[in-house]
Amino acid sequence: MIRHSKRSLPLRAIFAWPMAIFLLGIVGLVSALTGDGWRDGLSWLALGAPVAALAWAMRTRRY
Amino acid sequence: MTRRAIRLWFLVHKWSSLVCTAFLLMLCITGLPLIFHDEINLLTEEQPQLGMSSVGSSGTTKGLLPLDEIMQRALTKRPGEVPVFMAFDNDQPSMTVTTAPRPDSPAAQMTIQSFDRSTGQQIGMVAESDGGVMHFLLQLHTDMFLGLPGMLFLAVIGILFTAALVSGVVLYAPFMRKLDFGTVRVSRSTRLKWLDYHNLLGIVALAWMLVVGLTGVINALSTPIEDIWQANELADMTSEYAEREALPPARYGSLDRAMAQARAVLPDNNPQFIAFPGGSFSSDHHYAVFFQGDTPLTERLLTPALIDAETGAFTDARPMPWYYQALSLSRPLHFGDYGGLLLKLLWAALTLFTILVLGSGLYLWLVKGESSSQAHLRKIEQLAVPAE
Repeated sequence: MIRHSKRSLPLRAIFAWPMAIFLLGIVGLVSALTGDGWRDGLSWLALGAPVAALAWAMRTRRY
Repeated sequence: MTRRAIRLWFLVHKWSSLVCTAFLLMLCITGLPLIFHDEINLLTEEQPQLGMSSVGSSGTTKGLLPLDEIMQRALTKRPGEVPVFMAFDNDQPSMTVTTAPRPDSPAAQMTIQSFDRSTGQQIGMVAESDGGVMHFLLQLHTDMFLGLPGMLFLAVIGILFTAALVSGVVLYAPFMRKLDFGTVRVSRSTRLKWLDYHNLLGIVALAWMLVVGLTGVINALSTPIEDIWQANELADMTSEYAEREALPPARYGSLDRAMAQARAVLPDNNPQFIAFPGGSFSSDHHYAVFFQGDTPLTERLLTPALIDAETGAFTDARPMPWYYQALSLSRPLHFGDYGGLLLKLLWAALTLFTILVLGSGLYLWLVKGESSSQAHLRKIEQLAVPAE
């Protein structure tokens, strides 16, 4: 069944995950620009967040 | 948010998206192979044997041939032409010399020759005007074969894309007011399924789409940015030459002497390229030797040292202004070529996300099912209003 929240969610709840993924994205985009090595690694992890979020949503949030 | 506000944001989202969707789909589809153009070149082109391994042509290692000699060889292959650019590599001894019929010839008339600076062998020659599939895709992606007007048009498309992203984020709130993050309702209707995917993919790829979109706009403005630098900062640096006639190529002096002079001013940095007099990166009288910064971050931020092309005397060296540095940083951030193959693969994945967002957005507009957009709008309004 659809897990609707009964009441409207506050903006903070609606944008919590999107904001976290957005900030990770910016970190990922910038970190590889500042050097190689671990900075590239951080960039891959951080920019992998959107892909991970989609995979997670498709596995656990499809109704 | 009021009913009226939602309706307005919806209109902004709908129209900014509709105008740019077809062009963005073209940009995504041509951009996808362009992400991997280095890898594709490596696979499809024969790799030359280089005389010295891992010695940069930008350096001063013993055994590298004089720049004047490389230039002599390049001009012998293109009789009657004049030099426009000479560009270096930090990792291998290869370098390029660009020539054209005149110092200010358009790019389409230029020819690029590659040389091995350790042996003097010519290792490649391509005309700017011919260039295979990748060159075709790059042209389509950059200006749609329309030159400057095409680039400026695509800059406007990028600005509309940004408006679509911002309005999309605003609308995300009323749409998700009763849904947990990541919810995809696949079992009710195709339309609802694609609405949820549109919202999910759009919001998770937001940072990337925003950055690639805005850096695309800056890249599309590269010609005016270069012109402004040339008309202001460069003109200011070379003001004492302003009244003189342009220096004819026959009187160009030694490149090696000019490079030594420039290195004396910026000793710790590597030169990326030399721009010759009369082109869009120099005055009518100077070799402009563009140096990279000496850290990974500042490597892309250039400082030109201007050397009198006839006498070899140093004129001035100033870092490029902030708006040009923004252009320099916009290139990697748009191309995704700065963090190894894995970053390129993520770039490709996020391009696919964007294609899905565009495709689902188009679908939601085209398919007016039971739940047409008007009905949806009423629904969100009903959801939105009690929360006020």
